[in-house]
Amino acid sequence: MSTTDTGKTPDTAKAPDTAKAPDPAAAKRHVGVAADGELGEAGSQLSTAPVDTAVPGSFGGARAPGAKGWIAWTGREVIGWARWFWRQLTSMRVALILLFLLSLGAIPGSLIPQSGTDAQKVADFKDAHSVLGAVYDRLGLFHVYSSVWFSAIYILLFVSLIGCIVPRTWQFVGQLRSRPPGAPKRLTRLPAYATWRTEAEPEQVREAALKVLRQRRFRAHVDGDAVAAEKGYLRETGNLLFHIALIVMLVAFAWGQLFKSEGNKLIVEGGGFSNTLSQYDDFKSGNLFSNDDLTPFSFNLKKFTATYERTGPNKGTPRTFQSDITYSVGAYGKEKKTTVKVNEPLKIGDSKVYLVSHGYAPVVTVRDGKGNVVFHEAVPMLPLDANVTSQGAIKVMDGYKNGQGRSEQLGFSAFFVPTFAGAGKGTMFSQFPALDFPVLALSGFHGSLGVNSGIPQNVYQLDTSRMKQFKDAKGDILKKRLLPGETMKLPNGAGSITFEKDIKEWAGFQVTQQPGSDWALAGAFAAIFGLAGSLFIQRRRVWVRATTGADGVTVVEMAGLGRSESAKLPEELGDLAALVHEQAPSAPDPDPDTPDPDPDTPDRNAVPSAEGAEKQ
Amino acid sequence: MTLATATNEHLANISNTLIYSAMAVYTLAFFAYIAEWLFGSRSKVARTAAALTEKPEKPEKAKAAAPAVTVKKAGGTTVLERPKVVTRSAIGARDVPDGPGAHGGDEQGDLYGRIAVSLTVLAWGVEAAGVISRALSVRRAPWGNMYEFNITFSTVAVGVFLVLLALRKNVRWLGLPLVTTVLLDLGLAVTVLYTASDQLVPALHSYWLYIHVSTAIICGAVFYVGAVGTLLYLFKDSYENKLASGGQPGRFATSVMERLPASASLDKFSYRVNAAVFPLWTFTIIAGAIWAGDAWGRYWGWDPKETWAFITWVAYACYLHARATAGWKGRKAAYIALIAFGCWLFNYYGVNIFVGGKHSYAGV
Ligand code: HEM
Repeated sequence: MSTTDTGKTPDTAKAPDTAKAPDPAAAKRHVGVAADGELGEAGSQLSTAPVDTAVPGSFGGARAPGAKGWIAWTGREVIGWARWFWRQLTSMRVALILLFLLSLGAIPGSLIPQSGTDAQKVADFKDAHSVLGAVYDRLGLFHVYSSVWFSAIYILLFVSLIGCIVPRTWQFVGQLRSRPPGAPKRLTRLPAYATWRTEAEPEQVREAALKVLRQRRFRAHVDGDAVAAEKGYLRETGNLLFHIALIVMLVAFAWGQLFKSEGNKLIVEGGGFSNTLSQYDDFKSGNLFSNDDLTPFSFNLKKFTATYERTGPNKGTPRTFQSDITYSVGAYGKEKKTTVKVNEPLKIGDSKVYLVSHGYAPVVTVRDGKGNVVFHEAVPMLPLDANVTSQGAIKVMDGYKNGQGRSEQLGFSAFFVPTFAGAGKGTMFSQFPALDFPVLALSGFHGSLGVNSGIPQNVYQLDTSRMKQFKDAKGDILKKRLLPGETMKLPNGAGSITFEKDIKEWAGFQVTQQPGSDWALAGAFAAIFGLAGSLFIQRRRVWVRATTGADGVTVVEMAGLGRSESAKLPEELGDLAALVHEQAPSAPDPDPDTPDPDPDTPDRNAVPSAEGAEKQ
Repeated sequence: MTLATATNEHLANISNTLIYSAMAVYTLAFFAYIAEWLFGSRSKVARTAAALTEKPEKPEKAKAAAPAVTVKKAGGTTVLERPKVVTRSAIGARDVPDGPGAHGGDEQGDLYGRIAVSLTVLAWGVEAAGVISRALSVRRAPWGNMYEFNITFSTVAVGVFLVLLALRKNVRWLGLPLVTTVLLDLGLAVTVLYTASDQLVPALHSYWLYIHVSTAIICGAVFYVGAVGTLLYLFKDSYENKLASGGQPGRFATSVMERLPASASLDKFSYRVNAAVFPLWTFTIIAGAIWAGDAWGRYWGWDPKETWAFITWVAYACYLHARATAGWKGRKAAYIALIAFGCWLFNYYGVNIFVGGKHSYAGV
């Protein structure tokens, strides 16, 4: 129910540990119990974790008669419930539940295909499971991370986080401005305790303790007969920094989502690109992105190089991909040379240019019946497998006249393999991704490509609905596998198509712009440092009490309290005690008849026991 | 060139031999640990019951812990150097003493325990040499596929154990469970996951790979050690609960449980271990995001591997929160810690094998 027990929460009584503790009184003696008579204020506020005080119930109290009474009562009731709800939302327990829901909610997105990453898989899934697909669709399971319910979880979590941080920060500032609380009445109750008798005056002891503690960078002050000190505020600072850094990261991500842009461009060796919207093959952007936000730059692809593993079990695995480019920033920038590799994007301002894909672009020449060149271009092919078996379409839009002198359009559906298996092997699949034995297989069509119909066309495919296939003299479909330099003649003087020896490569580039990522990075590192402070630093309090005993000798008592039990606390207290002890050494035992509290101690001057605390 | 290839293959073979040798030595260590537990069972200690049924008139009972009185002889007079510090366990917690360890105070058991630790050190050295020669044979960091990941992972896990031992932490009880799982892990590596040494695909060429994957392996190994502690905590806690409520656990359970540390100590141990690596895990994820930003053009794309790293992170954050929330301390928090480690495991094995995604280069 709460982090810091108030003593009122029913949970504590039910917790198995405490219920079975040998000492029933121990159940009440929680560290940090404000209401605890023995520790008093000493243990309170050792952290700023929220104290849960929300108790549901009727908040309106007594209702005065009449409409006015009803309104007043309703108002009190509404405010009461709102406050209750807010306290619930900002409690640690609800934060825990929301965190749990967040991790649970993230799971389906990793198991069900997501339209953001692989739309094709989503379509396949829907085809295969018609009922389940529809159900998933309704639940937003194909785009979990932008679904309403997932957003609801993390937005609630962050509202809770803000609602938690603000009061905690105030509380912490208050703690920093006030002094460490005074010593509790019975220091023997604390987790670490030491005592001895000394001939030094109590004031001297306190003075010495104050000095020692301050030297050890405790915040210390004298409060009555004791010195009160505290150290480790960085723990709380770190914790708050961590949680604030989480908010910074979320805001930075959100900002990036709204203003980001991402576009793709395929460039054949020798080709170029300048960063304007119209040049992209496809382009996506956030809701608040405007075209003016595009960084002005341009680049040319000089050469693309790929190498592959030649032998061994991983034969064919890519080893290097790199593209040599020249680029210039701004409209009239100086041209610079650079290479873009898979892991090494080119950074220009806010934009990054990534190398994301590659393939082959065979150069073909198409001539009409009279031998005039009507088409001479590198045609990018779409890779289908790891060995770059590729498919594409060659479209001759205009300038072509057929054997009868009529204007027509030509289309060739093409298959390209960089390494052919060999004639008679029957397969048109590539055997290796490099250009070892390139072959281009073609079949031709004539008629209308249908590109003017207004429907966007896939550049790698032909729409043959208004085209006729070329046939050879026997009436069979005209198909041919070409080696570099070879030509396929079209029937009836329709011309020819040549597969040139010069085969180019193309590279696909992605240009992204994501503002706010610097903030996200800064937030991330702040989060790590905050976390380290929060987890590795222990916040603790030390008290040193010096009083004059009944026999006129000064009794020194030291005790330490941490937020959680720590092995280091007794050690530290021991060190501190040793330092104070140097200034206020033990006095000789006043009464030799007192039984030695610890028979193992060789020295009879040893520490007098504190109320049986040393019984082993 | 061919010469270099030959040396590399030679090195790869040496690496394989070393890994097999390490397995053999780990097996010997395993038997030595078993012997330690067997001999230790001769001692009949029942300190837990005694502590739990102690009369409530002595609530002030407290452990005198380090730093005890140190006495310095100075010119014949004895000078007390530092006062004694008396500690008491957190209020409300059970005051159960830690068990003596697997040997249970038995001399022969202790001897076997020491032999087991020495063998573990030896096996670790051999295994580390195997990992290093593998790295040399491929001329890169040894974590390009699941085989390499597995052998590196178990080396780091045993390394963590040995470091804790060297720091004189009370962790010898970890030996048997750890070596058992290391043998399983290596067995899986050499049979199912084996991949001949080879280069990386271009997407893996980056110094962020070294940072991201090495910290991921360290985190996994430390999380694993924490998970073993958590699991034992749950067993020991049930045992103590049973005793405290007047039950009578079986002889085997008594024999084993009495030799383990107190549940409170185990709980503290696993908390410390998990809390200590959590910042490193956070860093691992961030380093991965930076690398993904360079390699794939986006920092975060909800790829299955990324998603599960995130889930693991949130689950451990849940655990840390639970520890700070009164009603969730103890067993409930321990269950969350185990779930969190389960997420880590799934991310490592499950995602590579069943789910796929951009990270599935693991050679399976
Ligand atoms: C965005 C989700 C959150 C994450 C990932 C997160 C993570 C963490 C982590 C890892 C710790 C451990 C550090 C430590 O033990 O000192 C922690 C501590 C803490 N968190 Fe959060 N937290 C989140 C949200 C919240 C919310 C919403 C609250 C408020 C209700 C909150 C309150 C606290 C408090 C009070 C502590 C300190 C506990 C202590 O002093 O031991 N956190 N948080």
